[in-house]
Amino acid sequence: MIRKFFGKLYFSNILAGLTFLAATTFSYAQEHHTDSSSVVNEIEHEAETVAKNIEVHEEKVDLGHMIMHHIGDDHKWEFAHGVAIYLPCIVKTESGFQFFSAKNLEDEHGQPVEYNGLKLEHGKIHAVDGSHVLDLSITKNVTSLLISAVLLVLIFTSVAKAYTKRGMAAPKGFQSLIEPIIIFIRDEVVKANIGEKHYRRFLPYLLTLFFFIWINNMLGLLPGGANVTGNIAVTMVLAVITFLVTNLNGKSTYWGHIFAMPGVPKWLLVILTPVEIIGIFTKPISLMIRLFANITAGHIIMLSFIGLIFILKMWAVTPVVTGFAVFMNVIELLVAFLQAFIFTMLASSYIGSAVEEHHH
Amino acid sequence: MELLTPDLGLIVWQLVVFGVLFLVLAKFAWKPIINSLHEREQSIEDAIELAAKTRQEMAELKSGNEKLLAETRAERDSILKEAKEASDRMIAEAKTEAQKAANHEIEKARVSFEQEKTAAIASLRREAATLSLDIAEKVLRNQLADRNAQEKLVSDLLSDAKLN
Repeated sequence: MIRKFFGKLYFSNILAGLTFLAATTFSYAQEHHTDSSSVVNEIEHEAETVAKNIEVHEEKVDLGHMIMHHIGDDHKWEFAHGVAIYLPCIVKTESGFQFFSAKNLEDEHGQPVEYNGLKLEHGKIHAVDGSHVLDLSITKNVTSLLISAVLLVLIFTSVAKAYTKRGMAAPKGFQSLIEPIIIFIRDEVVKANIGEKHYRRFLPYLLTLFFFIWINNMLGLLPGGANVTGNIAVTMVLAVITFLVTNLNGKSTYWGHIFAMPGVPKWLLVILTPVEIIGIFTKPISLMIRLFANITAGHIIMLSFIGLIFILKMWAVTPVVTGFAVFMNVIELLVAFLQAFIFTMLASSYIGSAVEEHHH
Repeated sequence: MELLTPDLGLIVWQLVVFGVLFLVLAKFAWKPIINSLHEREQSIEDAIELAAKTRQEMAELKSGNEKLLAETRAERDSILKEAKEASDRMIAEAKTEAQKAANHEIEKARVSFEQEKTAAIASLRREAATLSLDIAEKVLRNQLADRNAQEKLVSDLLSDAKLN
């Protein structure tokens, strides 16, 4: 029952994600052509038509740039305008590794300046002479990643300690908060999809996956939080690991279903086999895009709501916009759990289909 | 397209952080947690199983007890019945025996009474005969003296005889 519900939900999420993707790509394409419009400018345009009597000056706030800046990665962690932590940069250039603070890349007005032959271009470090550099800096996302990892280790080792200390006694305190979630993931997600025989092998990975995504989703919702799980590099790594875990554990039944689907006429395999082979890759790609798009879309929506205040330049709109933003934030809190659950659920079902030993 | 282009540095960091996180959590968190949960569930399952088994044993024991009780009750009833029958039989036997003995006694008494009676009657007859002969003798004797005296004598004798 619960699975059916979520099943419906994540299909709608895929749709939402794809729509969002289409919208961003489209607007980006537009941006590249016209150099002026973006998603948020469209929203701004709508807002203009709604409130026609409000005069919007041409010295407008570049909300699109602001939003993209917020959901993207950065070499400094800006909490408010002018309040920022400059993060350490690690850059491999042709002459070797360079370690320095990101403060060196900016002047006092926040404008990019050259430092040791390196310069920030659109937030990325490039060599001034155009040679190739590998940027391994501790960026805002990496910092958030490290914080989340430390939090996870602290939380779960303390919970584990409670288990070893209390033995078979009933859970207590924080342990009893975490235990139902672990049991839910184990029984309803992992065991239900992978089966009694193999589930224990994959449980540590899937539990790590779930709690990693969940805590990063929630950290991203904090004011000033980084958009870690809404970054395609992060979701890509998770999807690729899941892809490897799935296919390296593929049993003969799994490959048999891909290359020679049983019970299907031979001539149909000409169509079916390529579809199944594409399916191997579309599964992790869908995992990657779903999580990235859902989380990024949530951030964009909230930033857009708040941005409305600056576009409309009207105090009266503030309570309404705040209300909407709070509402969205609560929804995003649900989405944070839901997306972690869906990612884990689908990863489990992919792994489950790979290790399944089916007999017709 | 900046948003859709994965950054190589972040990929490396994500791989390293997630990999280390997985290894650390798997060893220091998931292993003890999953094992403890499994152990606890196993022990609960065992306890439930044991309880069910004990309950079944108890039920078996109870039904065994009831069977035993019923058997005992039946045995007691049969013993009581037998005892009652035996006592009834004994009473009946004793009664018949007593009746028989009594009848025998009565019979004996009757026979002896008959004998006595016959003897008495015989002796009475003899007595009467003697008496009659005596009377007759006396009468005959008195007849010889006085007629009146003779008559008187006869009536006296008769009244005497009546006394017997």
